[in-house]
Amino acid sequence: MNNEMVFIGIAIILGIVSIILAFVAIHNEKLSIAIIAAGVVSLFASVLYLLMAAPDVAMTEASIGSGLSTLIFFYVLNKINKTRTDA
Amino acid sequence: MENFDLGHISLLIGFLLILVGFWGVLTQKNIIKIIVGFTILNTGINILMVSLGYVRGKTAPIIDDTVAQVGNHDVSASVVDPVPQALVLTAIVIGFGVTALMLAYAMKLYNAKKTLEINKFNDLKW
Amino acid sequence: MLRNSLLAVVVLVMGYMFYNVYSNYETRTELTGISQHFASKGAEEVGAANIVTAIVVTYRGFDTLGEVTILFLTASIIAFFLKLKDEESEIQIKHQNTSELLVTASQILIPIIFLFGIYVFINGHLTPGGGFQGGAIIATGVALMIMANPNVQINQHVIHWVESVSGVSFVIIGVLGIVLAGGFLDNKIFGDNLGEFGTLFSAGAIPIIYSFVGLKVGAEISNILNKYQKSQKEL
Repeated sequence: MNNEMVFIGIAIILGIVSIILAFVAIHNEKLSIAIIAAGVVSLFASVLYLLMAAPDVAMTEASIGSGLSTLIFFYVLNKINKTRTDA
Repeated sequence: MENFDLGHISLLIGFLLILVGFWGVLTQKNIIKIIVGFTILNTGINILMVSLGYVRGKTAPIIDDTVAQVGNHDVSASVVDPVPQALVLTAIVIGFGVTALMLAYAMKLYNAKKTLEINKFNDLKW
Repeated sequence: MLRNSLLAVVVLVMGYMFYNVYSNYETRTELTGISQHFASKGAEEVGAANIVTAIVVTYRGFDTLGEVTILFLTASIIAFFLKLKDEESEIQIKHQNTSELLVTASQILIPIIFLFGIYVFINGHLTPGGGFQGGAIIATGVALMIMANPNVQINQHVIHWVESVSGVSFVIIGVLGIVLAGGFLDNKIFGDNLGEFGTLFSAGAIPIIYSFVGLKVGAEISNILNKYQKSQKEL
């Protein structure tokens, strides 16, 4: 029973932080902070998958959702900012 | 509350992330913010699907020493549901592909009109 | 203001529908239906220790074929959209010198990352992992290569050939499954003996199928990253 209580506690903390970060991602003015907040939501979702006994899904979400997706967002952001400062 | 365990918590997290992502897609004006909202919506839906396959107290669906070997007794009495996990695996990869495609479109739209506000793109309106 | 309040009403109605589903939900206590069949008979029929791999490759092989098709379509559309004109492709990207730490560390880390990615998709039927995860890890290695030297010329021909050959081999093995064994992507095409359970050479054709999927996914995502990097040169 003790093990399960620890899992439930971790899940509650992860849940509260992800919802707060999701709000930050939507409402913040700077785009780079919004993109990083979305990446951290994806990372916490990966830990949640591990708590629910799904290791395959956790690996896929961590590498694709948190790593590659954030990288592609930053490529586009860099291109847009560079063109904006040239013009 | 009685019976408040990991399945309920993950279901709640999934539902709330879907609502926040949906709100972001509907109200934001910057195209990149809309795509960020879409990403959060995708994450919420995937958490929802995996949490529907959670069986209380069981372990991961991989047969090794902690789960009984083949022929001794039933594997299906000690693993969680493997079918939603297989479907979510596909869904995550497809979600990434769609996000990459949307970002390529956003880059092309910015090249055409030098602005990222979605209200300025009204060429197709009456 | 009116628009925002109407949208808030829409979201609240959705929240109410979700609440109805949530309040009647009870966590399950046992497997039923087809999941029970997959879990209990998966080891004997397919021979893979990882049940999720057995489902993705053998039991629901058509879904994997659809996903591979969608990824291929996405990669081609992005390559079409972000095409450079000929005179722009010789521009060198001006950048501040990448730090020596990154350059040196990447020379050590990139072969290890590729090796780890290949390990993950070869052992997909024994440990958590598989083709999609291994392909994403290989693409991360390529991303590190691009970050260490923004003007690196990745050999396009190698990526195209790897992607095409992997895709065609995947479909050929699937059709061989129809001819020699039970159905599309059946893994008993090498005869009924599935090898010893839990070793590397078990589960029939599953390591071969997953290796092709892993190489294809890795090549496609590397191509997408390369196109995004090249598009920084566009005027």
